[in-house]
Amino acid sequence: MAPRFDLATEVLIAAVAKGEVREEKTMVLPQASAEKLCHMLLTEEVQAVICGAIEQEYYEYLTWKRVDVIDSVVGCYEAVLQRFGQGTLRAGDVLYEAKVEEGNGL
Amino acid sequence: MNMPYKSLINGLFALPVAFLPLMDEIPVAIALLTPNRKVVLINRALEALTGLDHQTAAGIPCAHVMRSNICLQQCPAARLTDASEPVCIQGDLVNRDRKKIPIRVTFAPVRDTDGHLVGFMETVEDVRLLQELDGKIGKAYGFGQLVGRSQQMERIFRILPVIAQSDSSVLITGETGTGKDFVAEAIHQASQRAKGPFVKINCGALPETLLESELFGHQKGAFTGAMENKPGRFRLAHNGTLYLTEIGDLPLSLQVKLLTFLDDKIVYPLGSTKGFHVNVRVIAATHRNLEQMVKEGRFREDLLFRLNVVRQHLPPLRERGDDIRLLLDHFLHHLASQFKKPIEGFSGKALRVLRNYVYPGNVRELRNIVEYAINVCQEAQIQPRHLPAYLTEMRITEPDRKAEVLESGLPSIAAMAPPESGEADLDWGAVERKMIMEALLQAKGRRSRAAGILGWGRSTLWRKMKQYGIAP
Repeated sequence: MAPRFDLATEVLIAAVAKGEVREEKTMVLPQASAEKLCHMLLTEEVQAVICGAIEQEYYEYLTWKRVDVIDSVVGCYEAVLQRFGQGTLRAGDVLYEAKVEEGNGL
Repeated sequence: MNMPYKSLINGLFALPVAFLPLMDEIPVAIALLTPNRKVVLINRALEALTGLDHQTAAGIPCAHVMRSNICLQQCPAARLTDASEPVCIQGDLVNRDRKKIPIRVTFAPVRDTDGHLVGFMETVEDVRLLQELDGKIGKAYGFGQLVGRSQQMERIFRILPVIAQSDSSVLITGETGTGKDFVAEAIHQASQRAKGPFVKINCGALPETLLESELFGHQKGAFTGAMENKPGRFRLAHNGTLYLTEIGDLPLSLQVKLLTFLDDKIVYPLGSTKGFHVNVRVIAATHRNLEQMVKEGRFREDLLFRLNVVRQHLPPLRERGDDIRLLLDHFLHHLASQFKKPIEGFSGKALRVLRNYVYPGNVRELRNIVEYAINVCQEAQIQPRHLPAYLTEMRITEPDRKAEVLESGLPSIAAMAPPESGEADLDWGAVERKMIMEALLQAKGRRSRAAGILGWGRSTLWRKMKQYGIAP
């Protein structure tokens, strides 16, 4: 997952049905821009956006356009999509495996 | 309170101390990272800033915790090596409340006792308040400690924040007392390096050999008396700004060394074979005419080209019109309250004397005159007798002025004018010349408008200008 919505230059668009990822395509943006990304998401008729950090302005715009936004998600996209397919992905979820415990480092 | 903290500090106090609660008490946001930039620990201030608690943040790549444009575009930790010094960068982050917050981040390598890199410490400052203050300061008629309302100064106030934001070398020129030092410091304070040091060195104040060791440092044993390693001003200014004043007085041999530094940003201390990479912005200033010095072979042309990336000339006070009155009031107000004197202002006569003086020492001289007057004055108003005697008695001689013009290389209209120590001293020709100059200043150099102000025809003005040697 890209840490920031406005700085993401690659977008993975997936079709999820009955908990399974049916179709995937990657789109590369010429440069990072939150406005262009929003425009592209609406043109592609995306129903839900899963992202890292997003500014309130774009969050409100997308939700106003009836796009579900699940933000502050950390983890690799496969795990995130799987959780989304199961219907259990929530904003702020951290699906990162390599944890460190205080005092141990990595 | 028995908390199961695993990180303890041993050896500082009589008993081991838990590390995390100690970090939590520090009001600055701090993150400790592993060498591959995963979060080991964040303190409470950073939790508040990002909205992520330290348990969740542990083990996540730093970019997902900070969510800053710095992480994604120019992560300094990726470039920090064993020998690197701390780096300070400005950027922004988006927190869990979906707010974009401007921040200033300092990255410092964490080393073990043998000097090996074991991780990084990232310090994050919220600079929202500073930016608000900057906006408020910008509204006043000034920049940093500079004050002015004249067109020349307003132009400078507009351009200085732009100069500050770039990281290019700056060359500040201007006569003595015009505020070169203040401009240099104001540029530093308004730049992204504000958190770093501002190191000033006067190139004309030290002999050549001392200056080299002062600027570039030396290695222990490099010369007799070099008892220990000295870092030098360049290394002291790392992540900040090095201000070289009187650059025109820099010896030729050191000009070469400075040139090399400006090219590769590596400092070689005296007697050392090892170079140190330093991130320094160089601001140079001089009251000398460097182009003239280049022609005379006293200043390297290539060094001039490198320093001359952004050039800012500060006008002498005599070219700043009404700023004299503004500065008189500014310093009177400032110094009277400092000296606790109940002085309200200047008398009409004192003001006339002060406004007609040419101020070869510029703003510095004006300030000193006001300070003198405030010290001497025991009344509510400053009278001519409270002013330094030379203002009313002495006149600046013509050869002095010619020398001054030659030195600065910037002959100003007022510098070419006859002395103006008092209206009564002028003959009609000088008065007429003064009238033309004032009208031209008022008309911003437009001759037809100046002629209108004087009530003359354009051809009369042209003839008189020619007569008095005022260049069109």
